[in-house]
Amino acid sequence: MFHPLPTAQPTGQLTQPGSLPDCDAPNNQSIPESWIGNLKYLLVGVIFGVVFVKAEIISWFRIQEMFRFDSFHMYGVIGSAVVVGLVSVQLIRRFNVKTLSGEAVQITPKAFNKGQVYGGLLFGLGWAITGACPGPLFAQIGSGYAVVGVTLLSALAGTWLYGYFQQKLPH
Amino acid sequence: MEILELIRRPWPWYVAGPLIGLTVPTLLLIGNKSFGISSSLRHICAACLPAKLPFFTYDWKKEVWNLFFVAGVLAGGFLATNFLSNPDSFNVAPDTVAALQAFGVRDFSGLMPADLFATEHLFTMKGVFFFVIGGLLVGFGTRYAGGCTSGHAIMGLSNLQWPSLVATICFMLGGLAMTHLFLPLIFSLVNP
Repeated sequence: MFHPLPTAQPTGQLTQPGSLPDCDAPNNQSIPESWIGNLKYLLVGVIFGVVFVKAEIISWFRIQEMFRFDSFHMYGVIGSAVVVGLVSVQLIRRFNVKTLSGEAVQITPKAFNKGQVYGGLLFGLGWAITGACPGPLFAQIGSGYAVVGVTLLSALAGTWLYGYFQQKLPH
Repeated sequence: MEILELIRRPWPWYVAGPLIGLTVPTLLLIGNKSFGISSSLRHICAACLPAKLPFFTYDWKKEVWNLFFVAGVLAGGFLATNFLSNPDSFNVAPDTVAALQAFGVRDFSGLMPADLFATEHLFTMKGVFFFVIGGLLVGFGTRYAGGCTSGHAIMGLSNLQWPSLVATICFMLGGLAMTHLFLPLIFSLVNP
């Protein structure tokens, strides 16, 4: 039987066998965000969305090129993003850089479960057919591909179905 | 304005990739947030239709930053497309063009193939595969895997998490299987 973790628990830590983290991209800030404070993330999202469109990462064709090994573009984007992310995280650790509100940076470790294999394969199938992971879905809609709104609704339905069947699925 | 010209051209990977990578420290430093986008889909489910399921019973309001973030991504897509659009024609690798032409894809002029991603295809076999089934796989798969390209491939690998490497390899394997095994079958159904 699955029991939801109490919200006071640090997210992402497996406190009992078979339990899953509360959130995969958690907010680890101890003080609550104000409404205005949340606008910071809106701004970062805007820049991110512009990069997605200008680098054509939202293109169905670019994803096809990637899976057909016909272009280096997407490998270059993801590879260099990982390198920059990795170096940044190392620097934050090494110099113990604090957040804007003065807290120590916390990164929740990812615990392994079989879902990363089964779910990963299923998402990969969807990635190649829609030409989009969840981020580009939002950017495609913003770019005027209104029909992708249906894909987003479908992705929400898929997320909900996972929540419904979670306890019956192998993890 | 020469700089605006440069911005309007497609950005190379060595500009876009590092900018995306910088999202990781930016979110950490402005508010101790871990980068990840597919979680937004879960928060929307938790906010709109939790249905008393344990998976959707948590304090989604604490994670509302994620919804501000994806709203920004949508707005950024709007801004880039409407005010910074590429003056040149869109280029697809010749080998990919040839492979897709064999499946009956004809229009290579836009970021998305107009043969597929048009409203008139919504209630056809194309719509069923490319929007409905595709979307279900993306939503179900990312949540089952506990993250998507951003949460696992970028955030997880940046933090040297081996489960994220497993997930990333599986994303690639699934994509390769769809591209090389199933897409030919799907195209033979939708473009007979």
